[in-house]
Amino acid sequence: MQLCDLTIHQLKSLLEKKEATAEEILDSCLVRIQAVEPKVRAFITVLEDSAREIARAIDKQGNYQGLAGIPYGLKDVFCTRGVKTTCASRMLENFVPNYDATAVSRLIEAGAVMVGKLNMDEFAMGSSTEHSAFFPTHNPWDYNRVPGGSSGGSAAAVAAGEIPFSLGSDTGGSVRQPAAYCGVVGIKPTYGRISRWGVIAYASSLDQVGVLTRDVADCALVLKTISGYDPLDSTSINIEVPNYPDSLQDDIRGLKIAYPREYFQQGVDEQVKAAVMQALKTYESLGAVVDEVSLPHSEYALPAYYLVANAEASANLAKYDGVRYGLRDFSAENVVDMFSQSRAQGFGPEVKRRIMLGTYALSAGYYEAYYLKALKVRRLLKNDFDQVFENFDVIAAPTTPTVAFKIGEQVGDPLTLYMNDILTVPVNMAGLPGMSIPCGFADGMPIGLQLIGKPFAESTIIKAAYAFEQATSFHLAKPALGVK
Amino acid sequence: MALTIAEVEHVALLARLSLSQEEKEQMAEQLGAILEYADRLKMVNTEDIEPLDNILPISNVFREDVVENSPERDEMLANAPMAEDGQYKVPKIL
Repeated sequence: MQLCDLTIHQLKSLLEKKEATAEEILDSCLVRIQAVEPKVRAFITVLEDSAREIARAIDKQGNYQGLAGIPYGLKDVFCTRGVKTTCASRMLENFVPNYDATAVSRLIEAGAVMVGKLNMDEFAMGSSTEHSAFFPTHNPWDYNRVPGGSSGGSAAAVAAGEIPFSLGSDTGGSVRQPAAYCGVVGIKPTYGRISRWGVIAYASSLDQVGVLTRDVADCALVLKTISGYDPLDSTSINIEVPNYPDSLQDDIRGLKIAYPREYFQQGVDEQVKAAVMQALKTYESLGAVVDEVSLPHSEYALPAYYLVANAEASANLAKYDGVRYGLRDFSAENVVDMFSQSRAQGFGPEVKRRIMLGTYALSAGYYEAYYLKALKVRRLLKNDFDQVFENFDVIAAPTTPTVAFKIGEQVGDPLTLYMNDILTVPVNMAGLPGMSIPCGFADGMPIGLQLIGKPFAESTIIKAAYAFEQATSFHLAKPALGVK
Repeated sequence: MALTIAEVEHVALLARLSLSQEEKEQMAEQLGAILEYADRLKMVNTEDIEPLDNILPISNVFREDVVENSPERDEMLANAPMAEDGQYKVPKIL
């Protein structure tokens, strides 16, 4: 076991006892990055020099409060002052923001050490990181498989021991799904909990920042650090942020856990089902009350999601016109051709497909039949959840229908790829907090247990996750990596 | 059912996206399949259901109209593909 394999709380304890320095921890991460990156390819940019500078400054100061001296990586969707922020797109290949996203500013204030920017599906559109314009990322558990997406680099880097934590973004499952595929912990808190300022937008009413870590205690710590109101994001909510690490208690006697029957149908793999059912038995043995419920509109969540998300995407991505930033086609002679050709060259096929779908759903004659209809279904999806939460504290389900699939297996058919998100999108549609934690293996690949909570009840799902983690050892398993 | 090429061209114009002939044909087929899948929403009874466009109970969020410093102009312009005299430069519009 090397420093880079430890959790944040283990590293913090070493730092506080002066048994390791921030620079030693960083070095350990950099050595691992160098060893595995040829195979994993999680990073778009590695910032060795600036990371070393920060680590040395922290060591000099000798104060290891907060996240001081802890290395991390950012999905390349977060704006970073003076550091290229590409969104894994040719469109933003050379974009250098002149400000930091709020979540990033909070990590900087907490003393965390940014090691680099992580690969993703272009503009966060995809479920496998194969839609990165640069290169695909590989799953550390099996390099022939995808790490999931769109925060695939964020999940793979944490799983491979390259960094102890990362940030991602989750619009329809983009933190929870890769967390499940890579065997790490991933949380998407309630919509409005973390500022979206400086997070390049995909679908504004669904996007939320998320955290990926190696265990639940780390997740609670990072979430606490970056949550809270931000005047720069009018959809961030001005309510108190609980001290999430206080929720790390394993007494869950009497906790009411529901499992929706619809989440165990729809082509969910038998081994995945069995692992999640076993997890529910573990919860029962810990004193939780477990019962089956119905979320009757579940089967409509995915089509409604793709209409809503892509309608919003078509508006959000209209700003990439080659004028203020991003790629421009210099051959165009008039301004409309410049817009259309710059966009044609800057965007990859999946982004184009989603912009087209969203534009279609918002266009005259189709707005009511598609976009408005999807928003009404969204209301019904939320009502389903509200009803269950009248009687239960937590909803438990698989995070994904299957384990990670093979690279190249699903690129041909967009609809098949979309099915990976079938169990995660309803949570975004209802704006709820959701989390994925390791709960087993199938064919040597990790399985994720999804825990869903009431709005702003992150503490409850963290508590449930922690209790499960204490009772099991799935989170301790590590991929072999096959390198020195 | 696939969209027609004319429909694809119309949407591509609205989206300011030039597409090759091959892309248009692919788009017609793939969008058609996705919309066919989306058509299952028609089976849901949404009579008297209010659309939900945002989960938070907020509408307009106001702040005091106070002038604050904006980022440096030169820093902003540094990302522009073309700039001149402190302004963005584009091909002739009129």
